[in-house]
Amino acid sequence: MSAKAKRFPQRLNIRSGTIDMTHGSGGRAMAQLIDELFVTHFDNELLRQANDQAAFDVPAGRLVMSTDGHVISPLFFPGGDIGSLAVHGTLNDVAMAGARPLYLSAGFILEEGFPLADLERIVVSMGAAAKSAGVPVVTGDTKVVERGKGDGVFITTTGVGIVPEGVNISGDRARPGDAILVSGSIGDHGVAIMSSRENLTFETTIESDSAALHQLVAAMVAAVPDIHCLRDPTRGGLATTLNELALQSGVGMQLTEDAIPVRPAVSAACELLGLDPLYIANEGKLICICAPEDAQRLLTVMQADPLGAEAAIIGEVIEDAHGFVRMQTGFGGSRVVDWLTGEQLPRIC
Amino acid sequence: MKYVDEFRRHDLAQKLSRAIHNEVDRGRQYNLMEFCGGHTHAIFRYGVQDLMPDNVRFVHGPGCPVCVLPVGRIDNAIQLAQQHDVILCTYGDLLRVPGSGRKSLLKVKAEGADVRMVYSTQDALKIARDNPGREVVFFAIGFETTTPPTAVAIRQAQAEGLKNFSAFCNHVLTPAAIQNILESPEVREIGSVLIDGFFGPSHVSSVIGSQPYEFFAEEFQRPVVIAGFEPLDVMQSALMLIRQLNEGRHEVENEYTRVVSREGNRKAKALVAEVFELRRSFEWRGLGLVPYSALRIKSAYAGFDTEKRFEVPAIQASDVKGCECPSILRGVKKPTDCRLFGTVCTPENPMGSCMVSSEGACAAYWTYGRFRETTTAREANA
Repeated sequence: MSAKAKRFPQRLNIRSGTIDMTHGSGGRAMAQLIDELFVTHFDNELLRQANDQAAFDVPAGRLVMSTDGHVISPLFFPGGDIGSLAVHGTLNDVAMAGARPLYLSAGFILEEGFPLADLERIVVSMGAAAKSAGVPVVTGDTKVVERGKGDGVFITTTGVGIVPEGVNISGDRARPGDAILVSGSIGDHGVAIMSSRENLTFETTIESDSAALHQLVAAMVAAVPDIHCLRDPTRGGLATTLNELALQSGVGMQLTEDAIPVRPAVSAACELLGLDPLYIANEGKLICICAPEDAQRLLTVMQADPLGAEAAIIGEVIEDAHGFVRMQTGFGGSRVVDWLTGEQLPRIC
Repeated sequence: MKYVDEFRRHDLAQKLSRAIHNEVDRGRQYNLMEFCGGHTHAIFRYGVQDLMPDNVRFVHGPGCPVCVLPVGRIDNAIQLAQQHDVILCTYGDLLRVPGSGRKSLLKVKAEGADVRMVYSTQDALKIARDNPGREVVFFAIGFETTTPPTAVAIRQAQAEGLKNFSAFCNHVLTPAAIQNILESPEVREIGSVLIDGFFGPSHVSSVIGSQPYEFFAEEFQRPVVIAGFEPLDVMQSALMLIRQLNEGRHEVENEYTRVVSREGNRKAKALVAEVFELRRSFEWRGLGLVPYSALRIKSAYAGFDTEKRFEVPAIQASDVKGCECPSILRGVKKPTDCRLFGTVCTPENPMGSCMVSSEGACAAYWTYGRFRETTTAREANA
């Protein structure tokens, strides 16, 4: 630590400093940024070795790897920020294979002029999320782009993990008769983000559900190793994710609208904006498809975890040559639940 | 959610469904046109058809503000955004509507034009205040529901002395369009298009009241029931229409009494009359030129009229070949009668406006009701 003081006689001016091109140039300014921000807050043994890569032993089994770019606006939102989201997003993608995440990498693209105070806030949040998940950020990269060529900060994270023996979770394994479960209320993240967008501020108590789901998944896999499919319904929401799975497995689905958990504040916001909660993004929820005889056991395990307390069985997989996801509406009719088209745009009248 | 969930209750829907089944005369067909896209959307989203007898048919009307905007006016907006370097503000749905050459505002935005989605006219005013050096054009569209907010914005801009704000006025009028449909040869000539009665608009009527429909209920001898946008409203109104038809009545009835009165919103109407005047005629996609069916900004407010501030030429642009939007908007054809439906025209790649807005008949069919057209669905329903 004393060596640091010698290398950089003046500490980074976090309070009022901003990112400039030198922070990405490979020179001393970049080294200082990495040292005083990233290494400090992500602190772990592999990162401290200061190599361009992290070298570690891999346990026996199937290794999974996933990557995710995060470009969210606004960067800070109720219930999280781009930093915690960048950790949770990738951990969840790894976990959806039934895997135990081991390590993360993080690539930052910073825009010239970005306040160091904001960057610190993001990095602190990211470090805390990684620590609480028990998955360290062991290698990273920093680039700076000229002002106007980025949106403050973009973060790409990659994660690796190990799948326990006997677990084979994949989007193509849904079979007619299987049960469809969701781990909790849908639409919270998207509505929290919308409520804090510049041109659409409205007051809501809804916070993003951004959370790392790997511990919930570990409990589920321990109880029922033969889970058929797991996926987190992020962009495009529950509706789009179910359509992806239906397409991948060559099946249809039948949902019951009344069984799908939606918070009243989320339905109210969607009602006002002319949106449908089925298409709103989530960052801390998962969809699980399993054999019907396993559904009740899984539901009990999920509900015992704080992140799955509101879990519910929402429908079943059916045979359907067209691959339609259908829904019995609460009103008593039926409809298709289609893929999201473009972006959800508010209706006019 | 209070005031919403009550109108979506399953048990009441079942009760109403039984009442409608008891009321209908099995020996005849009931062809009921819902003018508004809001009704079309509700019918499909909640699966209302499943609760109706087979001889009650919903005919989808042209009341989708995005759908009836002619291609030429979209082209005008695209030109304004591209050639005049304005900040073009518009409601969300409109962004994806294809103009000529399949260009949309979303596409020109991607090419660098400054197109911004707003949620209200107030957002557009704020953009004008924040960018005093730029011209800000609000692409004003919609029926009588969205007209008063445009009037408010124009008056506010005048009061504040905003020099860089104008509205590209495309506001249209509902009664004129309904009359046009009833006068069309397809409806008049027996055996072509059957419309036995109308669901009257809900939000529009909250502004104009139920009185303006009285003329054509009488003139064309068709019952009109002003209906709310919730699914129970639609079913209750269907029951009211069926009763009128069974009793040989053709009156304007109001199901949406919690919002709509006979006179409507006098303050809103006065505001609209203050800022706007009738256009002699206006082109509607699907209906063609409809006399006295749209509004323009009065000369007293010319400084806030985009058509006075910029050169906005009349563009005669045609729909994509094979696109049946015009016939679908008149209720002459169903979306599934169109060769493009679901083949080259999907919500991801819309050829016509009815596939863009969630209120458009094609988008509603495709998004919510597609399974009804398949054999597997028929088997499942059997």
